[in-house]
Amino acid sequence: MPPAFAIEQVQTSADQREIRIRGSLRFAEAAPLWTELRRLETSASRGQTLNFEMSAVQRIDGGAMALLACVRGELQRRGVKSEFVAADAHVQRIIHLYGGDHAVARLKRRRPLRTLDQLGRATISILHEVKLVLAFFGQMVVSALGVLRSPRSANWRELPATMERSGADALPIIILINFLVGLAMAFQTAAQLKQLGANILVADLIGISICRELGPLMTAIVVCGRSGAAFAAELGFMQVNEEIDALRTMGFGPMRYLVLPRALALIIVVPLLALLADVAGVLGGLVVGVTNLDLTARGYLSQTARVVSLWDISSGIVKSVVFAFAVALIACQQGLATSGGAEGVGRRTTSTVVITMFTLILLDAVITILFQVAGL
Amino acid sequence: MSDPLFKVVDLTIGWGETVVQKGATFEIERGSIFAILGSSGCGKSTMLRYLVGLERPLRGSITIDGLAPNQGIPGRPLFGVMFQSGALLGSLTVGENVALPLRAWSGLPPDAIGGIVAAKLRLVGLQRAEDQMPSELSGGMCKRAGIARAMALEPDLLFLDEPSAGLDPVSAVELDELILDLNEQLGLTFVVVTHDLESIFKIGKSCIMLDRESKSIIARGDPRVLRDTNTDPRVHSFFNRTPQAVKS
Repeated sequence: MPPAFAIEQVQTSADQREIRIRGSLRFAEAAPLWTELRRLETSASRGQTLNFEMSAVQRIDGGAMALLACVRGELQRRGVKSEFVAADAHVQRIIHLYGGDHAVARLKRRRPLRTLDQLGRATISILHEVKLVLAFFGQMVVSALGVLRSPRSANWRELPATMERSGADALPIIILINFLVGLAMAFQTAAQLKQLGANILVADLIGISICRELGPLMTAIVVCGRSGAAFAAELGFMQVNEEIDALRTMGFGPMRYLVLPRALALIIVVPLLALLADVAGVLGGLVVGVTNLDLTARGYLSQTARVVSLWDISSGIVKSVVFAFAVALIACQQGLATSGGAEGVGRRTTSTVVITMFTLILLDAVITILFQVAGL
Repeated sequence: MSDPLFKVVDLTIGWGETVVQKGATFEIERGSIFAILGSSGCGKSTMLRYLVGLERPLRGSITIDGLAPNQGIPGRPLFGVMFQSGALLGSLTVGENVALPLRAWSGLPPDAIGGIVAAKLRLVGLQRAEDQMPSELSGGMCKRAGIARAMALEPDLLFLDEPSAGLDPVSAVELDELILDLNEQLGLTFVVVTHDLESIFKIGKSCIMLDRESKSIIARGDPRVLRDTNTDPRVHSFFNRTPQAVKS
């Protein structure tokens, strides 16, 4: 079916031409209209005039008018004079509605940022985030002191449920992961120890590395992925949904009502999870010791008991308390800093996991070095 | 009515055993601004979800130009909808939000789509917001951007859910002016869900009023006429902002 419009270009004087449009211009025929307009528009050059003669336009809808206004804008930006002329009253109203009778503003093109600028901005943004986390830490400490003075001012009702979600529900995955970590480490070392005839040392290696290092760290990473992300998303949604504001207006501070119960729940459950993770990791090593290194279960366990000191276990517990606090601090801070709807919640949840992972590894290194320096 | 664009016959809406409205029958004339009114909780916004085909009615039929909302050209929407908050996709810029239906359904090249997006945003007074994220806009701007997106495919029919809710008086009046302009200049048909009386009297050409208790339409016609002549105490109370007498 032929289009309901016709377009032709007419030379009216030496440097003046017109695009004469007839018929009905509808968005349904936007594609041929656009092709035709583009073809005619490119032939005009700076200093010339190319008007749209509209007297024979019977009907025009908004979509078609948008395309005409766009072409006129392009022409004017290229220095071609262009106006809509001779339109009847109805068409003129639509031209006016779409700004076809207004001067065309120059487009301001955004210059892409240079690498150095991007680097600078990213650094400033990271430092700003660090500052916010530290400020949040300060507020948490002040609130915690306030709660110590007046314990009933906190929302303890959330504590058991949060402990269950973050602790009991995470137990199977934490045990499985730490068992597999112990298993994999023992496998990696089994061949070397066999060559040296020092099979029994697998118990030393697994016992110490799991209790001091990997048990608490792997537990904290799982808790970060489960509970940290959940805290951030939950608080983020509450923030976006104005629930936090509502709490504030009702006299509940988000710190005492939401943050401290979550932080305390993690500080209680993460060390317990880390202890169980230690057991699971040692059992992973035991399986390899018995099946691959010709050790007896009794021999493996008594060697583990001999080499793993109480400090090895308690240093891991100290670490896990610090890790738990870090996960809660970052997740709650990120959640409460959420803005911008569903996308903002997603962004903050992602940044919670990324920042917390990095912080956990950093804290692990710092604490390990401090213990070494202190001769512990 | 000379030329009904939208027909609703014996519509009953709800879920499970819960009926929100029953037996609603009305027609919307082409080129009109039709308001669905009622007090809070009467099912106005729920009704809108059924009218635009988001929910399947318990009974009755809805047709737009003879087609059911989900029986149009496959996928391509028969109308535009502006949700109460604008419902812009937060991960896209305002311009990308408006371009979204055009990219999917218009078959136009990117430069033409860019032109239409700029024109639509200009039309709703958001020409400077094209590169902004929805989170950077005010509530009124989000609604305007929502209208621009709803209009992207040049539909004849636009549904607006509470267009003036949450806006300051100036923004609300500007939005009313925009709706009137689009209706008068482009001949667009609007179905507006609202309880803003000032807006109803300014832009509404015809309306139905829903009632929560009887779960039915209790008044229909020109809102100004209903305000001045209707004797039903529920209607009179709504249109004249007077408390309803307590039932004995």
